[in-house]
Amino acid sequence: MNMIQAINSALDVCMTRDEAVVVLGEDVGYFGGVFRATAGLQKKHGKTRVFDTPINECGIIGVAVGMATYGLRPVPEIQFADYIYPGMDQLISEAARLRYRSAGEWTCPITVRSPFGGGIFGGQTHSQSPEGIFTHVAGLKTVIPSNPYDAKGLLIAAIEDPDPVLFFEPKRIYNGPFDGHYDRPVQPWSKHGSSEVPDGHYTVPLGKAAVVRAGEAVTVLCYGTMVHVALGVAAETGIDAEIIDLRTLVPLDIETITASVEKTGRCVIVHEATRTGGFGAELSAQVQERCFHHLEAPIERVTGWDTPYPHSLEWAYFPGPVRLTQALHRVLKD
Amino acid sequence: MADTAGRNTRPLALHVPEPRFRPGDAVSFDDLDLPAAGAVGRPPVDAAPAALRDYPYTLIRVLDPEGRAVGAWDPRLAPDRLVRMLRGMMLTRAYDDRMFRAQRQGKTSFYMKCTGEEAVAVAAAHALHRDDMCFPSYRQQGLLIARDWPLVDMMCQIYSNAGDRMKGRQLPVMYSSKEAGFFSISGNLATQYPQAVGWAMASAARGDTRIAAGWVGEGSTAEGDFHAACIFAAVYRAPVILNIVNNQWAISSFSGIAGAEATTFAARANGYGVAGLRVDGNDPLAVFAATEWAAERARGNHGPTIIEHFTYRVEAHSTSDDPSAYRPADEARAFPLGDPIERLKQHLILIGAWDEARHEALRAELVEQVRAAGREAEALGTLSGTAFNHGFETIFEDVFATMPPHLKEQSEQMAEERRVAGV
Ligand SMILES: Cc1ncc(C[n+]2csc(CCOP(=O)(O)OP(=O)(O)O)c2C)c(N)n1
Repeated sequence: MNMIQAINSALDVCMTRDEAVVVLGEDVGYFGGVFRATAGLQKKHGKTRVFDTPINECGIIGVAVGMATYGLRPVPEIQFADYIYPGMDQLISEAARLRYRSAGEWTCPITVRSPFGGGIFGGQTHSQSPEGIFTHVAGLKTVIPSNPYDAKGLLIAAIEDPDPVLFFEPKRIYNGPFDGHYDRPVQPWSKHGSSEVPDGHYTVPLGKAAVVRAGEAVTVLCYGTMVHVALGVAAETGIDAEIIDLRTLVPLDIETITASVEKTGRCVIVHEATRTGGFGAELSAQVQERCFHHLEAPIERVTGWDTPYPHSLEWAYFPGPVRLTQALHRVLKD
Repeated sequence: MADTAGRNTRPLALHVPEPRFRPGDAVSFDDLDLPAAGAVGRPPVDAAPAALRDYPYTLIRVLDPEGRAVGAWDPRLAPDRLVRMLRGMMLTRAYDDRMFRAQRQGKTSFYMKCTGEEAVAVAAAHALHRDDMCFPSYRQQGLLIARDWPLVDMMCQIYSNAGDRMKGRQLPVMYSSKEAGFFSISGNLATQYPQAVGWAMASAARGDTRIAAGWVGEGSTAEGDFHAACIFAAVYRAPVILNIVNNQWAISSFSGIAGAEATTFAARANGYGVAGLRVDGNDPLAVFAATEWAAERARGNHGPTIIEHFTYRVEAHSTSDDPSAYRPADEARAFPLGDPIERLKQHLILIGAWDEARHEALRAELVEQVRAAGREAEALGTLSGTAFNHGFETIFEDVFATMPPHLKEQSEQMAEERRVAGV
């Protein structure tokens, strides 16, 4: 399965097991979503459980909150993460705080799915990585898978989670892992172990990172598309990097991270979002707070630049192999 | 609290709108209520909104089936003006065809056509003053073309090449030209609508004479920004024309998903106490007349107008879309309002100002004009996965008026990265 099929399968499994799971969003019904992640679901589960919505992200999220308070488990889709902003108030002021402000009387088990990230020539309004905005909000969980197996398991876990979860799908790797070499053909997922996805129910727990490559020299913290950039760089340079796929940013698996940094003594953080105030800053602070005495070099951040995503120069924006390799060499210098 | 336990109440049911036709269905628009051309009266431009309440529920049409211009809305344009409108629509179509092919040839990443909707932009541009400010969506390339903006400049934007004044930053079709009164397009739907109102409010507050016009698709009227624009326009009687292009489809979602089963889009005006008109969007004369009416109304400080242009999206949503997956292949052909270019051509022939030979000659001339512009634009580069037409340092320009230290540092870091990579 590729990542879209894995996400589709997760939705199907959840809808089959639990009548309360409903899918809503722009174009998700008959058409099955512009990325086809919800294809076939309306036909199978009916149009009152999978339906198209007006183009109104505030409405999509607000209605999902209302449905959740009734007792459903809505899985709204925001067509591109760049379009989540009109729905921010419902997400931040409402969904994220409902449990807290009602002392548990009301809860909000919604899972907002949204394709995010660049590398598809989407220009500045189809390429952003807004995860840092949401990890800053108390009460929201943020999940980002990097392969088909995790995508399905994490999505099921998110839908079954009793709290609001943001599920950001790195669209650059929907059809195959991408190592950042834009001028080379991308391999399909079928050549990759993680495309072996069980048909039925399984979960990948939220809050658990994966050590996707063991190493001794430096810890690389990454998620989504950047996991493949990091794996590619390790393979090409032979740098003995330990690569950690965070999988969930909130809650963060700080134990796995600190165990690794204490072992390697060095840490490089990679994400595609802009640098200032990004999630890398949070990771860097936590590693510094907990592993200060083990660090042998300053923590490095490899990120997108602090500019909007430039359409034609997107490869110069994208934190690709060169940027990561340089950072690794700087960290390993002494 | 009412105690309903044990009561014999009927289960509720959720209504989810469905279009009438799906792929494979036979298409018929026979039951569409289309008033005859000339059937709708033309109210004075200073009419109070309360006197205009019925206009959103009908359809203003000027051209009859034979191509005659009839009724009170006939703008009585001189033939040379009509020919210029025809030319603008034909040029828009020729441009679309070439840019679509350019995308298919891999010369750019993306393109969006406005086939069948050319009148909505071109005729409106003719009814506005050249210095009125337009806040378009992504399907009004006809505004730039009608304002004689150079095709080469537009194409350079499509190719993100060295001639792109926007430095290759924007997705293709997201033009910007302050000089042409064409506001920079955002990919985020409906954001331009309150901006159009704000520009119009500013113009009024400063005692200027220029008005503003905004455009959104019918799907985008669901966005909060649409409603924000309406309420501000109504409260301050902003001199603005708020156009809704109802082309029946928002990607795969039919107009019912945006509320069309319950009312018309023009009728949203009534709730705000704003003038609302609904026009045959494939009738260039009707689009011109309604826009002219709304413009006069705005210029006379009589307030804003919402105009719904009833039309059809003949082609795919964009080059990333496959409409055969969600609507019948012959739906566009069955749509009863015809083709705007054909309708104006027929009218011009009927009044003796045009003929088939001249039409064919113009078509060929415009194709050649587009081809020549294409060659000129392509000479400045096209967008292919690895072609970089702009200096890498341009990434950091224009984020702020002056580059702060952290961007300078990142710029230097990138320069070093490019050096190492040998690009
Ligand atoms: C805020 C926002 N949400 C979603 C999208 C994705 N999107 C792009 S175009 C489109 C459909 C718009 O339809 P409509 O307004 O009817 O205009 P049309 O394309 O038919 O001209 C959608 C949902 C977007 N660009 N912005």
